[in-house]
Amino acid sequence: MNPLVHQALHTETIELAQNQCLSGLLRFITAGSVDDGKSTLIGRLLYDTGNVAADQLASIQATSQKRGLAAIDWSLLTDGLIAEREQGITIDVAYRYFSTARRKFIIGDAPGHEQYTRNMVTAASSADLAILLVDARKGVITQTRRHAYLAHLLGIRELVLAVNKMDLVDWQPSIYRSIVDEFNAFVSQLGRHHVQAIPLSALNGTNVATHAEAIPWYDGPSLLEHLESIPSRRDADQTPMRLPVQRVVRVMMGNGANGATEKEFRGYQGTLASGHLHVGDEVEVMPSGQRARVTGLNIAEQALQKASADRSVVVSLDREIDISRGDMLSDPIQLPRVTKGITADVCWLSEQPLQTHGKYLIKHTTRSVNALFDDLIYRVDVNTLAHEAAPESAVMNDILRVKLKLQQPLFVDNYSDNRTTGSFIVIDPVSFHTVAAGVII
Amino acid sequence: MNSQSNDLLDQPHPSADHLDLLEAEALFILREVTAECRHPVMLYSGGKDSAVLLHLAYKAFHPERIGLALLHIDTGHNYDEVIAYRDRMAERYDCQLHVRNVEDSIRKGSVRLRHPLESRNSHQSVTLMEAIAEFGFDACLGGARRDEEKARAKERIVSVRDEFGQWEPKNQRPELWSLYNTRVAPGNHVRVFPISNWTELDVWQYIQREDIELPELYFSHLRDIVRRGDILVPVTHLTPANQGETVETISCRFRTVGDISCTAPVASTAITVADIIAETTQCLLTERGATRLDDRASDGAMEQRKKEGYF
Repeated sequence: MNPLVHQALHTETIELAQNQCLSGLLRFITAGSVDDGKSTLIGRLLYDTGNVAADQLASIQATSQKRGLAAIDWSLLTDGLIAEREQGITIDVAYRYFSTARRKFIIGDAPGHEQYTRNMVTAASSADLAILLVDARKGVITQTRRHAYLAHLLGIRELVLAVNKMDLVDWQPSIYRSIVDEFNAFVSQLGRHHVQAIPLSALNGTNVATHAEAIPWYDGPSLLEHLESIPSRRDADQTPMRLPVQRVVRVMMGNGANGATEKEFRGYQGTLASGHLHVGDEVEVMPSGQRARVTGLNIAEQALQKASADRSVVVSLDREIDISRGDMLSDPIQLPRVTKGITADVCWLSEQPLQTHGKYLIKHTTRSVNALFDDLIYRVDVNTLAHEAAPESAVMNDILRVKLKLQQPLFVDNYSDNRTTGSFIVIDPVSFHTVAAGVII
Repeated sequence: MNSQSNDLLDQPHPSADHLDLLEAEALFILREVTAECRHPVMLYSGGKDSAVLLHLAYKAFHPERIGLALLHIDTGHNYDEVIAYRDRMAERYDCQLHVRNVEDSIRKGSVRLRHPLESRNSHQSVTLMEAIAEFGFDACLGGARRDEEKARAKERIVSVRDEFGQWEPKNQRPELWSLYNTRVAPGNHVRVFPISNWTELDVWQYIQREDIELPELYFSHLRDIVRRGDILVPVTHLTPANQGETVETISCRFRTVGDISCTAPVASTAITVADIIAETTQCLLTERGATRLDDRASDGAMEQRKKEGYF
């Protein structure tokens, strides 16, 4: 790839970041197997940004030495459970935290082997960005395509292709470029993404947290520079306003002293799923369809004129409407769909297979409804992306396109437009386990 | 440039900073649990994490009063000023406070000590489970954070416990988006950690921003200690100096406040929250590594306690 193209891409990203929201918090996931150097990369990021404490470092140094390893085994930093350390495997999604002067980061670290789909889907659901690791010696493999597909399915539009172990191929630009080209060709079939490719060596720390002067043919950012500068959730601020009601508050205000009458205050508590809400805005209440104006927006005593996506507020309205938990305040011009039937891509998460005739509970925003799997349309082979028509059931790690019939209506948007009003979980009404997760098409 | 860009330049930046986002997430979780669970309770120790959680509960419920009772499992080995602070806060926030004592479990025989001065920290789990059964709580909210310890990094925000209070790390419910599944079979309960995603630094920055009162132990004061390895052991009736040890009076503060027998102070001159933030930013040791006498026993000490029902 032309170095000028890299430069241009990066400049564009930084301008986006300045003009749009550069939030103080970025959530990302890392996808790749242990062999690709995922733990090493995370360890490097934490260590080079000064986020590994002296006692942690001493402890993993000692264990690495005890095991006769020449270098520090960074996976010891992230593998938290006794069984994991004994067996040298990672069992579950773990969350890591680090911060730099510019930003706080939350890493969802999903293990790379069995149950991968389930774990990656879980970690990806709340992430803004995915780092897909590729071993420069192996190039784009089936697993890389699977990871890219799952990141896409869960709505992650910022991808980083981290071409690792570049030192082992002598930093040959031709190898890097052919991997990047192959990956871009694959990803463009999935849909629109922003891909930043970065050649690096996690083991040596080259191009991870520090800019690599040693690669004359690469002008792009280091991994950390990129993570610090990309905007997060730029979609949520620009989509129509949605506020699922969590709780209704009713309190008597005023003490009745000096003849003043007590007045009931009624407020609706919830987190703004998307868009903005201003005092004075008109909202439509789903499902009743009644409209009202916002007279107050509060976070405890703090009165706001305006709230943006992700803020948890108390909304008061200019008239009394019957509103309860599970209802939704919406932009009156761009309403969500009100529907008792949804089409969705579902990831089956449970060891218990799908009971096609069984009743399930769906939790969508703050609303829970009974549901039946009406039609299993196809199953996706996550390795080839081929569709297998009309599967009989679903087992753990399956991804299916389904139709669901609902007992009560939900107020939904497509997941590609709204990650909060477009997602749901499926709960088994007998075991109460979370058995599946779905995105609405 | 087009008019949209000018608009953006004229307005205050729409994005929330990271404390706003962490706060919003915690308020959402607190509201979900109180809306969906029949009988939730907040575990309250008087430490800084539970101080932050109580303040968040106040903001989550406002303008209602906090719709949760507080539960303190008292080992009987707490600093007097922490107990006084606990009672003061329960009164200030107008919360009902339940206190259950490990001492009573010892008397009943459900907790058995190997020796009288043994740390009662891990025994809290037994008393906690007895209190959960007594009141029929179906959700216990706590101030644990994932960055505290490696086993905690794997904990869900809403985590199911069986009637023995056991955490099964290999059999956890997947947790996606902010769709929390609070449903449990009778006899089971959920533990809920609204500040899971906060780090020690986030907690201090939030305490500063919201002006949250803390027990004085968190700030620099003079205290008698003895040095054991790199740990400063406070000299108390439960942790007396051994023969031959030199008792020193130093300027120190606590980074975590818990049972006297298992928390140690760090040398510090920080007298304000701003001083503590400055020290935390520069600190080379983890919160527990420097101060906990109980997690040092082994790499899996926390996981083991959690499996036994510890918070």
